[in-house]
Amino acid sequence: MTTTTLDFDTIKTQEYLVNMGPQHPSTHGVLRLVLKLEGEIVHNVDPVVGYIHSGIEKMCESLTYPQIPHLTDRMDYLSAHMNNEAVALCVENALQIEVPDRVKVIRTIMDELQRLASHQLWWCVMGMDMGALTTFFYGLRDRELILDIFEETCGARLTLNYSTPGGVMFDIHPNFQKRVKDFVKYFRAKLPEYNQLLSGNVIFRERTIGIGYLSKEDAIAWGVTGPSGRASGFACDVRKHHPYSAYDRVSFNEILRTEGDTYARYQARVDEMAESLDIIEQLIDNIPQGDHQVKMKGVIKLPEGEYYQRVETARGELGVFIVSDGKKNPYRVKFRSPGFSNLAALNHMSKGAKIADLVAIMSTLDLVIPDIDR
Amino acid sequence: MAFDIYDFTSLTSSIHEGLATFLPPVGVLIAEWLLVGISVLLFVAVFGLILVYLERKVCALFQQRLGPMRVGKWGLLQTIADFIKLLMKELITPNKADKFLYNLAPFIVIIVTFMAIAAIPFAKGLQAIDFDIGVLYVSSVSSLGVIGVLLAGWSSNNKYSLIGAMRSGAQIISYELSVGMSLITMIILAGSMQISEIIQAQSTGWFIFTGHIPAVIAFIVFLIAGTAETNRGPFDLAEAESELTAGFHTEYSGIKFAFFFLAEYVNLFIVSAMATVLFLGGWMPFHVGSLDGFNAVMDFIPPIFWFFGKVMFVIFLIMWFKWTFPRLRIDQILTLEWKYLLPVNLLNILLMTLIVLMGWHF
Amino acid sequence: MKAIFHYVNDIIKGLSTLVSGMAVTGHYFFRPKLITTQQYPENRSTLKMKERFRGEVIMPHDTNNHHRCTGCGICEMNCPNGSIEIITKMIETPEGKKKKVIDKHIYHLGMCTLCNLCIKACPTGAIVMGQNFEHAVWDRSKLTKVLNQPGSEIMTEVKE
Repeated sequence: MTTTTLDFDTIKTQEYLVNMGPQHPSTHGVLRLVLKLEGEIVHNVDPVVGYIHSGIEKMCESLTYPQIPHLTDRMDYLSAHMNNEAVALCVENALQIEVPDRVKVIRTIMDELQRLASHQLWWCVMGMDMGALTTFFYGLRDRELILDIFEETCGARLTLNYSTPGGVMFDIHPNFQKRVKDFVKYFRAKLPEYNQLLSGNVIFRERTIGIGYLSKEDAIAWGVTGPSGRASGFACDVRKHHPYSAYDRVSFNEILRTEGDTYARYQARVDEMAESLDIIEQLIDNIPQGDHQVKMKGVIKLPEGEYYQRVETARGELGVFIVSDGKKNPYRVKFRSPGFSNLAALNHMSKGAKIADLVAIMSTLDLVIPDIDR
Repeated sequence: MAFDIYDFTSLTSSIHEGLATFLPPVGVLIAEWLLVGISVLLFVAVFGLILVYLERKVCALFQQRLGPMRVGKWGLLQTIADFIKLLMKELITPNKADKFLYNLAPFIVIIVTFMAIAAIPFAKGLQAIDFDIGVLYVSSVSSLGVIGVLLAGWSSNNKYSLIGAMRSGAQIISYELSVGMSLITMIILAGSMQISEIIQAQSTGWFIFTGHIPAVIAFIVFLIAGTAETNRGPFDLAEAESELTAGFHTEYSGIKFAFFFLAEYVNLFIVSAMATVLFLGGWMPFHVGSLDGFNAVMDFIPPIFWFFGKVMFVIFLIMWFKWTFPRLRIDQILTLEWKYLLPVNLLNILLMTLIVLMGWHF
Repeated sequence: MKAIFHYVNDIIKGLSTLVSGMAVTGHYFFRPKLITTQQYPENRSTLKMKERFRGEVIMPHDTNNHHRCTGCGICEMNCPNGSIEIITKMIETPEGKKKKVIDKHIYHLGMCTLCNLCIKACPTGAIVMGQNFEHAVWDRSKLTKVLNQPGSEIMTEVKE
């Protein structure tokens, strides 16, 4: 009688590759992730970017300085106003123009409204990525009110093109203050709902706490900024450490957490929404009188040199680097986009996680693909 | 032909006698099979369409939306239009798919649901087959559906489908246990596995009231496990749109996809019907102690409305879960089953046995 | 014992968070008045865009078919993506002087990003943003528009 034994050396498991994207519901656009999986466990994530590269930096070289902001709307479209403001500030600094206080305050309020709108969209999409589809509609419902405010004052809902070098495109609409105050009151009442639906939910907590850990050192090393970096304890809020516009005259907390996991990144953004409401409340009644635009020359020419300006967008630190050779067009423009650096840390964070965790981690990085590809 | 909305026995027996007058016994049997088969088919198709419409409206209301509004008044014809669209779509078979299994899988899934419906009592006398092991039959037949899901995932030659199918396998096999356990809890109370007898035992009071604590626990466990068995959110890992695009049915199109879709909703109905039979008294009207006037009014409502009313209530609860909760992860789903539901269930069975032995139930 | 207490506590706490989430969705389910959906083509008559809404560039004409455009070409210069083309022609005024006026103000809606720079730059306020947002057409050549109406002239009060 012969005994047959199972030869375990011949039974092999092997890693397999899965293409997540470019068309996939949770990559939030045309991002392609090449996953190396073993069963459900992610061994390696290789982001392939460039599917929506639109050459914005190169196009800027052929535009005049007032024309550049309208292209930056299309980079990180959820932080359109911050992008506009970054370019405007950079040009103003280069020309050494001091904009009126009114412009500074309006810009700050718009920034925070834009941050709220972005975080609301992020919150509802985060819920959807985790499988709670109803949050999507609650987030969009509240965001719609901000977009209405934008439409009334800026004339557009998404691509605002509101901050221009030397000021803002229009003065605020007469209804602006009332509408913003109404919104702040409304949204303060709605925030607890957000916590009831996701933050407190036992399934959500189980799925996020302890997942996708990023240490402070790694956050600094990978250049992860914004709420994602601050959730790891990296104090990187440009608004606090290098104040621009009217941020030096408002008091607000920099949301810092130490856990560095998915839940911390989630909570950092939810807390930031409350901080944004505080900032808006401090400023909305104290908009100084004055002009909304400095008189600029017909053709703006930056003195020869290199200029850098950074602002805090909803995703992190956006840097604008302009090299000027004294002509009316910039010689070279470079945007340091927060999404690109944040995405770089994805592989580091999601090694050993499951596919479902990868989706959650990616969601808390709050990726906007045109911001990555530019 | 005698038609009594309170008791369908006279209707069915008069059909039987009518057929027997001009057909030999074998012919009667075949004719009755055909009749039952056609009614089950019709029921599945119509009720599936209604459920899809209801789900879309219910989820719209949860999400502060209107839902379908364009086709017909309040979008009533929307699902019919969708169904026609699905019928006309091209059936795509992936290049390297296992063609036989790929085409077989949707049929397994849908046939299993037909089989389970055969034992569901819609009203007094309106039940295709009244097995003496009816509860066991329904739970065992409905667990066959996972074979179709596994085949679909494996034969599609798609990694997303495979992951979805494997998740579904692990999940349904685990949760089968909890469903069975909570059924056993109620069988102990009822003292029978025959569905008609279980319902008859509840004529004095629904089990969820007469069995109090253990029955309520069993009901909650059954709802959770039943949701998991139907692959619905928050347990919809097999489809998991944000992770696996559409899971095991990614590659299916047209009417084959419609089979999976329909089977999901009919399974939802079966789970709700079983919950109704075991916990909410089946088609028994709601009675309160000795309030004769109230009880008479309740008796006036025909049993078939009672049955569908209760089923709709359970379906609404399950929809409410789906549209509120985030999805669980695969390891958490198994943890929930093996570390929470199973021990709770085992203790619950002991508690129920104790209560039945001591006669502490109402 | 402590472990059992924690186990039971976990279950009850977990269930209560689930119920509080269901309370939120249930709250909205039973209040259909809070539905925010607008039925778009039906509500066309009541749908009003905000006054600053940037829908498309238009050139207002008065009842005598007069506009304010001098044909200076500043809008064309300010446009970041070449959506505006100004074609001018020379005419002879009744006084016998030669004068450059606008022949065609060509506007490519398909290329326009609605950035408002042309309107901001226009020295005479000849072009403004229109409220129309229903731009879908079957043929993209229809997206190229001539803003000044045929036979229109410049208003007399507009300074050169």
